Amino acid sequence: MEQFFNFSVITDNFTYFMIGRFPHGPLGGVGLTLYLAVVSCILSFFGGMILGLFSISRFALVRYPALAFINLVRGMPLLMVIFWMYFLMPALFGKVAENNTVIMALTLFTSAYMSRIVVAGIEGIPKGQTEAAISTGLKSWQVMLYIVLPQGLRNMIPSFVNQFVSLIKDTSLAFIVGVSELTHVATQINNRTMAFPTEIFIFIALIYFILCYAFTSLSRWLEGRLSWSKAI
Amino acid sequence: MLNYTFDWSIITSGKYFDWLVSGLVTTLKLSAISIVLAFILGLIIAVMRMSHSRPVRWFAHAYLEFFRNTPLLVQIFFWYFGSYKILPTAVNDWLVSTNFEFAAAAIALTIYTSAFIAEDIRSGVLSIPKEQMEAARSAGFSYLRSMQYIILPQAVRITIPPLVNQFLNLAKNSSLAMTIGVMEMTYQARQVESYTFKGFEAFTAATVVYLLLSIAITALVNVYNEKVLNVHKAT
Repeated sequence: MEQFFNFSVITDNFTYFMIGRFPHGPLGGVGLTLYLAVVSCILSFFGGMILGLFSISRFALVRYPALAFINLVRGMPLLMVIFWMYFLMPALFGKVAENNTVIMALTLFTSAYMSRIVVAGIEGIPKGQTEAAISTGLKSWQVMLYIVLPQGLRNMIPSFVNQFVSLIKDTSLAFIVGVSELTHVATQINNRTMAFPTEIFIFIALIYFILCYAFTSLSRWLEGRLSWSKAI
Repeated sequence: MLNYTFDWSIITSGKYFDWLVSGLVTTLKLSAISIVLAFILGLIIAVMRMSHSRPVRWFAHAYLEFFRNTPLLVQIFFWYFGSYKILPTAVNDWLVSTNFEFAAAAIALTIYTSAFIAEDIRSGVLSIPKEQMEAARSAGFSYLRSMQYIILPQAVRITIPPLVNQFLNLAKNSSLAMTIGVMEMTYQARQVESYTFKGFEAFTAATVVYLLLSIAITALVNVYNEKVLNVHKAT
């Protein structure tokens, strides 16, 4: 067993796994994974908000395109979205860096899912509040902005954190277009060393697990806290 | 983009059409095999998760957390590249003698999906009133038998809609099998693109297929909800 498992391949390449060639080259590894996840998460928060609000709009001209887009993206595998972006972005905008292609794909994909969270959060606020706000003279956009969203957003936080966990897992697909995030780094090192695939893939699975489990626990904790503060 | 000429004929007939159809068949085959195995495995894990023995419960809990919190792609790579060191030689020989890419993808998809299915089944079981278990136990059934004859038949009925959704997720997730060379839908769309440079047409074909699949399955779930469970969905 000793000559079988050899984890020196991990210790030898540890910084490469973590940050790629960062100080002297582009960011990679875990660093890039987190960068992609965080940037896409922030962008898709706004994307999801817009799509969510559009999809419950009173105007059919706004509502149906938003619903069509959401269902289109939710019906597709993420890999397909990445290929579409990889193929369409250069045609539309000229040369685009791979990182941005992936961020774009992850943002579109996650926005569609986030929009459902936003809608659920808005529907969770009692209808009486909207009616009360309208009867005090607020316009409907003011009701949304000052009354419904501030309360709804707080209830959405745990689901947003769960979505972030999915994003961390989804960034592994960036590997397919050659973005050197953790999975890509792992396959690179695997191709170079040849003999230690088991060790390498167990190691990166553990890293993903630690990252995701930390955030899953955070979301559970938040859920408990929020339901507690809501009860008061 | 501006001087791109569309040529839909390449994907509606001939060699490339056959490629896409064979991709769809592989996707469906992979998804069907994996969902059946994942259901059985998920049922076992769900029962273990609710067991009275603490080590068994912890094992099931660790299994769920680990496989739900690691990317499917990494799991596919692990089974494809790295599993030979932990599997017995006989299993390795058998796997290599069959279609190993397909087998590795099926194993990874099964295990990944089983973790999600186990949670669905567990929440189905938790929705069955506790008294039923108590009544079954006092009628003399053992824990496993009360699960088998009283609780699970009811829980599975409630769990069918989330299970069907898991099948849909599985069908979409099976696109990742292309990374290890399983010639499924996405792989074939990619292949048609590289042979013909008609990416727009090839990707549209694959997208439409996935979309039809998900529309059909969502419609089925809605019908089941209304006719069998009498739940009326607002949307």
